[in-house]
Amino acid sequence: MNYQNSNISSNNFEQCIKCTICTVYCPVTAVNPEYPGPKQAGPDGERYRLKKPLFYDEALKYCLNCKRCEVACPSNVKIGDIIQLARLKYSKKRPGLREQILANTDFMGSLATTFAPIVNTTVKLKPVKKIMDWTLKIDSHRTFPQYASQRFTTWFKRHAAKHQAELPNQVTYFHGCYANYNYPQLGKDLVKVLNAVGYGVNLMEKERCCGVAKISNGLVKQASRDAKRNLEEVRRSVAQNREVIATSTTCTFTLRDEYHHILGLDNSDVREQINLATRFLYRLVDEGKIKLAFRDDFKLRVAYHTPCHMEKLGWSIYSTSLMRMIPGLELIMLDSICCGIAGTYGFKRENYKYSQAIGAPLFKQIADLGVSVVACDCETCKWQIEMSTGVKVENPISLLAQALDVERTKALNNIK
Amino acid sequence: MLQTIKNHYDVIVIGGGATGAGTARDCAMRGLKTLLVERKDFTAGATGRNHGLLHSGARYAVTDQESASECISENMILRRISRHCVEETGGLFITLPEDDLSYQAKFVESCQKAGISAEILDPKEAIRMEPSVNPDIIGAVRVPDGAVDPFRLTTANIVDARLHGADIITYNEVVGFVRNQNRIEGVNLRHIKNGTESTYYADVVINACGIWGAHVAELAGVRINMFPAKGALLIFGHRVNSVVINRCRKPADADILVPGDTISLIGTTSSRIPYEDIDKNEVTPEEVDVLLREGSRLAPVLANTRILRAYSGVRPLVAADNDPSGRSISRGIVCLDHAERDGLEGFITITGGKLMTYRLMAEWATDMACRKLGSKAQCLTAKTPLPGSESTAENPKRKHIIELSTEQKAAEGRHGTMSRYIPSHNANDDALVCECEQVSVGEINYAIDNLHVHNLINLRRRTRMGMGTCQGELCACRAAGLLGKAYGCADRTLNDLASFLGERWKGMYPIAWGETLVENQFTSWLYNGVCGINQMVGKKDVTPNKD
Repeated sequence: MNYQNSNISSNNFEQCIKCTICTVYCPVTAVNPEYPGPKQAGPDGERYRLKKPLFYDEALKYCLNCKRCEVACPSNVKIGDIIQLARLKYSKKRPGLREQILANTDFMGSLATTFAPIVNTTVKLKPVKKIMDWTLKIDSHRTFPQYASQRFTTWFKRHAAKHQAELPNQVTYFHGCYANYNYPQLGKDLVKVLNAVGYGVNLMEKERCCGVAKISNGLVKQASRDAKRNLEEVRRSVAQNREVIATSTTCTFTLRDEYHHILGLDNSDVREQINLATRFLYRLVDEGKIKLAFRDDFKLRVAYHTPCHMEKLGWSIYSTSLMRMIPGLELIMLDSICCGIAGTYGFKRENYKYSQAIGAPLFKQIADLGVSVVACDCETCKWQIEMSTGVKVENPISLLAQALDVERTKALNNIK
Repeated sequence: MLQTIKNHYDVIVIGGGATGAGTARDCAMRGLKTLLVERKDFTAGATGRNHGLLHSGARYAVTDQESASECISENMILRRISRHCVEETGGLFITLPEDDLSYQAKFVESCQKAGISAEILDPKEAIRMEPSVNPDIIGAVRVPDGAVDPFRLTTANIVDARLHGADIITYNEVVGFVRNQNRIEGVNLRHIKNGTESTYYADVVINACGIWGAHVAELAGVRINMFPAKGALLIFGHRVNSVVINRCRKPADADILVPGDTISLIGTTSSRIPYEDIDKNEVTPEEVDVLLREGSRLAPVLANTRILRAYSGVRPLVAADNDPSGRSISRGIVCLDHAERDGLEGFITITGGKLMTYRLMAEWATDMACRKLGSKAQCLTAKTPLPGSESTAENPKRKHIIELSTEQKAAEGRHGTMSRYIPSHNANDDALVCECEQVSVGEINYAIDNLHVHNLINLRRRTRMGMGTCQGELCACRAAGLLGKAYGCADRTLNDLASFLGERWKGMYPIAWGETLVENQFTSWLYNGVCGINQMVGKKDVTPNKD
């Protein structure tokens, strides 16, 4: 046996040297004095919770799981994971109806898309918002995302599915709840780009929600069930030599990292085959495997916002580099700070105030720049920025699709 | 003459360890006018340098029935009178494949004979009870072990002694005795920092100095044959185990793993050292190796768990009077009436024993003192709870623990019901000084005002400030600021801060690798690089505080 070789126990909070940089980078600590900060909530609190579970502090619910503490940590402590796991293990507050509604994005989405026009109009009504505020404690200031009347999967089956096999290369697209129920255009854009460079798109037989909202709302059993199904699908896809790509940073991050770190599911065999769409495309271009051609008449000034989970993945460079290939696109990098919504977090009444305070510097920067479009790979950031600034937010894939000269691109890649 | 009367006591107790503090409490509770003198700080000796194990007595059952019976009876008493210092964790005696399983039957039988409940468990059941235990175990016995915090225990005894009218003097060393023919009538003290000398008189002087008792007895002109046995221990960064783990075999090195407050402790080694070395407290690389190797047999995770500190203490082993070679050494209690033994009146030595039996030792010594003083007062220490451990029913306004903030919960754990005197409920008092151990500004100020605090090391022993993962990195300067306000002297504060950091490094040095070394380097950059503390304390190399 080797003694003290690694000096890392399974509780890797012991690597913390108390430098407190995590707390400096925590968006919540800066605006909410109730929150003890990642150092206290994470490594320091964990020692006490190991002593006695009664040391669990319910204020840990204010953590928005942005993982910026982990990015900042020079000692590689999984601070965000420690906090998430503590919440799941020790919290006495059981998820209520509100948590069920917010977390079950796929179930709610499938209901809402069926009655999309009614739902969309209803949730905009002030009295309805007030009622939801009173009864569910979902903040009345929050604008709900709109539901599409036709799901992405329905569109895909009707209009795209049959042509995909004709293309020389194949991938699997993990569309996630957002592209399916709220914004099918994103999925259509991805199909357009991928098809133009010779990649056929396949969907999973039965895709489940990635589960991030369930994890953060304490519905860990349901999240694990979905995660296992999704991993089965990923493995089936990988076995057919199809990489799995997603347009949402959070879905990607959850499938790659949270499944293992929070749900304890081993995904190491397929983790590297789960990719973000922009990274997938950038790498193909970089390796010379595909070529892109863009319209000459495309002109746009865009500011890029780095979502927290993109920061954690360390991949914003792929999205921005891809956008910089578009000749008519002027890209401005926004400071990498949290927008404050953190998925379902910002919908809750007790968090709304902090949510907006966290995002305030970002909103000001966007307003000062006067750009017409913000680019961002995360759907919930999109809701938050659009609601708080009025500026339209697009996924880089959509901008790519808008700027792409499809015919020339097909020709460059020898696609008929 | 007036001075003499003012300085006259019924009893002077020498030594501020658990035994001395317990004796002072017992004497004061029996209505004796009592003075306790201590060379340094309370718990500076073996009291603060052991496992903090609330022995069930099982460890001694096979070899020493008498000690075993004493332990289990004191164990049950301490659970009652010092609730806030004790954690009822339970204990396991495990048999590993290399151990002889037949020892288990003998062990259980001996335990039962001594009155210790010992229940044989299925190894699987034991692993469920304590998941960190070595999964290779072939046998396990459950006994009523626990953890006891020696710092809290001693402080509570001091506080109670004072409440019953005892006087307390720290940082004064006994340099000689007032002797009138064959009678001890007082002690001569010298302040160890400023050298001021003073004399205090008493009808009875009790020597409760642990291993230092041999030296103190010598000053009184009597000889006690003591054999210093050093024991080294390691502190791990967090609670690895929640149940005490022992080896079910003849007592040997590093066979007890105790969960103590936020950490776990493995120990001990045992080595004879020369009497001159009793103040050294150094831990050798060989001792660290033994502790790690044997400790990892108890709980394999120790092999890769961060170590915070290494430290050592010296057991006061006493040879029987008719055995100068020291072969028949007892770990039992030794209470000597020097009038009977050496013809020296007014002098008692209480030594040997263990932390576990401190109260019984105090009772024996006080009984003897009472006989000499002609007092018939009965001992009440076995029934009267220590301050902090009184029934909570007396304080109906007390909030339910779950409603308290983290630092309030931690403070309640440390001070029991006394935590009601800790200022709280405003942003300043609730601000944290020590983040690792959750010590608030209010708690530090409470300790400074009420618990005989003269420097940062005292403060650490009273509150756990600086005992956590960062070993003073973040809290030392904050606590120094608060102490500085109390001293009203910046130079003294700076020197105190520097020596406190030096003392922290001393415990990290034997295990300075991995994160502990990185942490210490970071601390050094902060205090030397950023704050320039070495320049400020006069460009002198800062040496560890001897305390």
